[in-house]
Amino acid sequence: MLTWSTAVPAVGAAFGASVVEVVEAFTIVLAVGTVYGWRPAIIGSSAALVTLAAMIVALGGLLGAVPIHLLQFVIGVLLLLFGMRWLHKAILRAAGVVPLRDEQSAYADKTDQLSELSRQARPARVAWIAGLAAYKGVLLEGIEVAFIVIAVGAGRGLLWPAALGAFAACLLVLGIGALIHRPLARVPENTLKFAVGVMLSSFGMFWTGEGLGVEWPGNDAALLVFALLFAAVGLGIAGGIRGRREQVRP
Amino acid sequence: MRSLVAILRELLGLFVGDAGLAVGILAIVAAVALLIRTATLVPLHGGYLLVVALVALLATTVVRAARR
Repeated sequence: MLTWSTAVPAVGAAFGASVVEVVEAFTIVLAVGTVYGWRPAIIGSSAALVTLAAMIVALGGLLGAVPIHLLQFVIGVLLLLFGMRWLHKAILRAAGVVPLRDEQSAYADKTDQLSELSRQARPARVAWIAGLAAYKGVLLEGIEVAFIVIAVGAGRGLLWPAALGAFAACLLVLGIGALIHRPLARVPENTLKFAVGVMLSSFGMFWTGEGLGVEWPGNDAALLVFALLFAAVGLGIAGGIRGRREQVRP
Repeated sequence: MRSLVAILRELLGLFVGDAGLAVGILAIVAAVALLIRTATLVPLHGGYLLVVALVALLATTVVRAARR
């Protein structure tokens, strides 16, 4: 049965993660479009979306055949690996150990890299390189979105709500991107990554436990407890490290 | 071919960033699974162990990475 306590975190995680990933994919496609023109950028992106759709359809068919406890366990472990990696990095960024991602500088790096490639390549190959760059960028970021949607949705029949969350994020980012025609540098990417890392790690903990036969006290409410625990620990460590670095600094 | 290898490497990178964190997660899950399967722990206590161990692992790996 669909409950708010699982649907809201699932949709929220899918939406937040998708905003982060679509912003990164948009930066790559914008760089390709600016350097090489919009035709290869659009063809490459469209081919990546078709590949992604094929992967999701193929994987979706397989998911139905896997026993639910095994599915929850495997997805739970993958979510722990994926979510705790995001949270780990977001804590280090919040603490000032790792620099924050800068979409403007990522865009500048990508355009420089593509311009250099187009100078070195034969003219006939330039369109191919451009299309491939857009394809690879959209496919890799898209796979992350697809994984998150399947991971937070598959264990509890929440695939459609999670997919809608991701779709809303795509529409929002692409709509704003089409309007301003610049990299979306003002998106609070690390805050989103921290929040999504907390949610994905909580889902991972919950489903890994359920896959091992744990009946969590309070059922779905345990998700909220895990999220609060991860958030408190993450913020506490980030604050502690930042404070110590400020004391050490002359 | 090089693009395919790059894509596969980036896919692996989705799950493995800090090697200590990834190996630690897998080791903790495997240990808790073993303790539950051999009936050394009741599932609920295994769940509590999972929570405490994973949160401690996150804290340890972040602090260690910050010191590097």
